[in-house]
Amino acid sequence: MGLATAESSVRVRQKRSGVLWVGLLALVVGLGFVSLAIGSRPLSLGQVGHAVFAPDGDAASIIVWRLRMPRTVLAVLVGADLAVAGVIMQALTRNRLAEPGLLGVNAGAALTVVLAISLLGVTSVSGYAWFAFVGSAIAAALVYWLAGRDAGDQGRIRLVLAGAAISASISAATGIVTQFDSTTFDSYRFWVVGSLADRGSDVATAVLPFSVVAIGLALTLGRPLNALAFGDELGAALGVRVAWTRGLGFLAVILASGAATAAAGPISFVGLAVPQLLRWWVGPDTVRLVGYSVLAGPALVLTADILGRVVAPPGELEVGIVTAFIGAPSLLAAVLRRTRAL
Amino acid sequence: MTAALEVRAAIRSRRQRTGLVCGLLLLIALAVSALALVLGDYHVAPLKVLDILAGGGDQTERFIIVGQRLPRAIAALLVGAALGLAGALFQSISRNPLGSPDVIGFTTGSASGALLALLIGNATGARVAVWAVLGGLLTAVAVLALTGRGQLRGERLIVGGIAVGAMLAAVNDYLITRADPERAQEAKLWLLGSLNGINGSPVRFLAVVLLVLFVLTACLRRRLGVLETGDDLATALGVRPAQVRLLAALLGVALTGAAVAVSGPIGFLALAAPQLGRRLTRSPTPALASATVTGALLLAVADLVSQRALAPFQIPVGLVTGVLGGAYLAWLIGRR
Repeated sequence: MGLATAESSVRVRQKRSGVLWVGLLALVVGLGFVSLAIGSRPLSLGQVGHAVFAPDGDAASIIVWRLRMPRTVLAVLVGADLAVAGVIMQALTRNRLAEPGLLGVNAGAALTVVLAISLLGVTSVSGYAWFAFVGSAIAAALVYWLAGRDAGDQGRIRLVLAGAAISASISAATGIVTQFDSTTFDSYRFWVVGSLADRGSDVATAVLPFSVVAIGLALTLGRPLNALAFGDELGAALGVRVAWTRGLGFLAVILASGAATAAAGPISFVGLAVPQLLRWWVGPDTVRLVGYSVLAGPALVLTADILGRVVAPPGELEVGIVTAFIGAPSLLAAVLRRTRAL
Repeated sequence: MTAALEVRAAIRSRRQRTGLVCGLLLLIALAVSALALVLGDYHVAPLKVLDILAGGGDQTERFIIVGQRLPRAIAALLVGAALGLAGALFQSISRNPLGSPDVIGFTTGSASGALLALLIGNATGARVAVWAVLGGLLTAVAVLALTGRGQLRGERLIVGGIAVGAMLAAVNDYLITRADPERAQEAKLWLLGSLNGINGSPVRFLAVVLLVLFVLTACLRRRLGVLETGDDLATALGVRPAQVRLLAALLGVALTGAAVAVSGPIGFLALAAPQLGRRLTRSPTPALASATVTGALLLAVADLVSQRALAPFQIPVGLVTGVLGGAYLAWLIGRR
C-alpha cells in the first residue's frame, strides 16, 4: 500500500516535470517568434513564419535573418549558458548563493575589456568579446588554482572566498583604470550593463561551440555532482572521482559563463535566479536542473530582451536591467511563498 | 572527566589567543593612525605632532593636525570597526561567509539613494549622504519586513535581500548609463567611498552613535554565539532564533548606516574583515571582536595608502580596500 503510494507519487512527479519541460520548450519557441517579430519595424507572426521557413529575399526575410535572428539566437545561448553555469556552480560549491560571477568571471572580463578600450582603443562590442572571454577564463583559473586544490568542506568555503577576494581585487583594478581614464569609463559603463543589441551573427557563431561543449559537460557531470551533494567522502565512496568532477565542472562554468559574458557583457542574476526557481519545481537533482535550465534560462533572457524593446520606445532597455526586474520579483515571490527552508 | 578538562583548557587557550591577537591588531591600528598624523604634504616632525595634540603649535599646524588629519584618522578607525562588526553580524546570522550588509541590499539601496540625489536632484555633499543613508535604510527595512515575518531564517532573508538588491543594482546601472559622462564619473566616485575632506563634527557624531551600537551588540553577543550551534539547540537553551536574528540584522543595518553617512559605501571591508579576523585568531566561526579590530586596522592602512600611494592623487579608499583586502584574503586562502 505504502509502496504503491510512493510509486504513484513518483509517477505524478515525473509526469508533472515532463509537462513542465514540454511547456518550457513551447514557451521558448513562442518567445523566439515574438522576438523575431518585434522591433522598430513590427512584423506579423505570419510574415515571420514566412521569412523563417521560406526566405525569399524580401524586406521581412532580410530583417529577420540579418538583424533579429542573430539577436534571438544569442539570447537563447546566453540564457542557457548562464542558467547552466549557475546550476553547476551551485552544485560545485554546495552554496545556493553561488553564481557564475562569483568565480571572478565578470570581474576578469570587465578588467580585460577596460584594458582593451583604454590601451588598444577597441570600440566595437564584437571586438570586446574575445578580450572578455580571455579575462574571465584567466580570473576563474586563478580562483580555482588558489582554492580548488583540496577537497572537503573547507575547500568549498575557500573557493567561495577566493572568488570574492579575486573579484574584489580585480574590480578595484578596473575601478582605478576607469577612475583616471574617463573616456574608457564612458564606453565601459555601457558594456557593463549587459545588452544583446548590435551583435552580428559572427558573435553567435563564435559563442555556439563553447556553449555546446559546456552544456554537454554539464549534462554528463549531473550524476557525479548529485553524488557529491552528500559530501566529498561519500561521493568518493560512491565511485565518483572527486578531483576530475570538480575540474571538469569548473571548466563547464568557465566556458558557459565566459561565453555569455563575452557575447552580452555581464548579465547578473540569471545564473542565480533560474536554478533557485527551478529547484522548487523539480527538486535538487542536478541532471534535471541542467535539463530544465537549458530552456528556463533562454525563456527568461528572451522575455527580458523582448520587454526591453517594448517598454521604452523608441529607445531600448538593456537586457541586463530587465532580467533583474523580471527575475528578482519572481525569486522574491517564491521566497515569500515557501516558508520552508530553501 | 579528563576529556572535559582538556576541552576547557583548549577553550581557555583559544580565548587567550583571541584576546592577544585582538589586542595586537588594535595596537597596530593605533600605530598606523599615528603614522597617518605624521605623514602628509605639509611636513610636521613626529615630536611636534605630540606637542600640537597637547595644545601647542601655531594656527596652521593646529588646523592641519587637529582639524584635518586627526578627524580623518579617527574616522578611518571608526568606519572600519563599524563595517567589520556589521559584516560579522551578518555572517553570523546567515552562517554564510558571503554575508555582509550588501546581501540585504543596504549598500545597493544607499547607492540608489545617492545616485538619485546626485543625478536627478543635483544635490551635493552632506545631502547626498543623507539620501544615501535613507536609501539604504529603506531598502534594508523593506527586505526585513518582506522576509522577516514568522520564522526569520537566515537564507530566506539573504535570498530576499539579493533579489531586492539586484533590482536596485539594475536601476543604478540604468541611471549611470543615462547620465551625461561628467555626472556619471562624479556619481561613480561617490559610490567608491572616500574619507577625503572629513572634519570634526561628523566624526564626533559617528563616535557617539557607534559607542551606543557597540554596547548593544555586546549585549547580544552571547545569544548570537548560542544561535551558531543551531536553531533547535538554541531554542532548547531559551534563545529565540527569529528575535535574535532580527535584532542582529537591525544592529548591522544601523552600524552600516552610520558608516555610510560618514564615508560613503566602502566595498568589501564588511565581507573581508570577519574572515581575516577569524583566520588570524584561528577561531572556527567569524567572531565579533576580531572582526571589529580587523576592520579598523584594514581601513586605517587602506586610507593611509589611498592618501600617500599616488600623492598628490587621492585614490578613493574603496578601491584600496578592494585591492589590499582582496589580495590579502587571497594570500591567506592560498597559504594553507
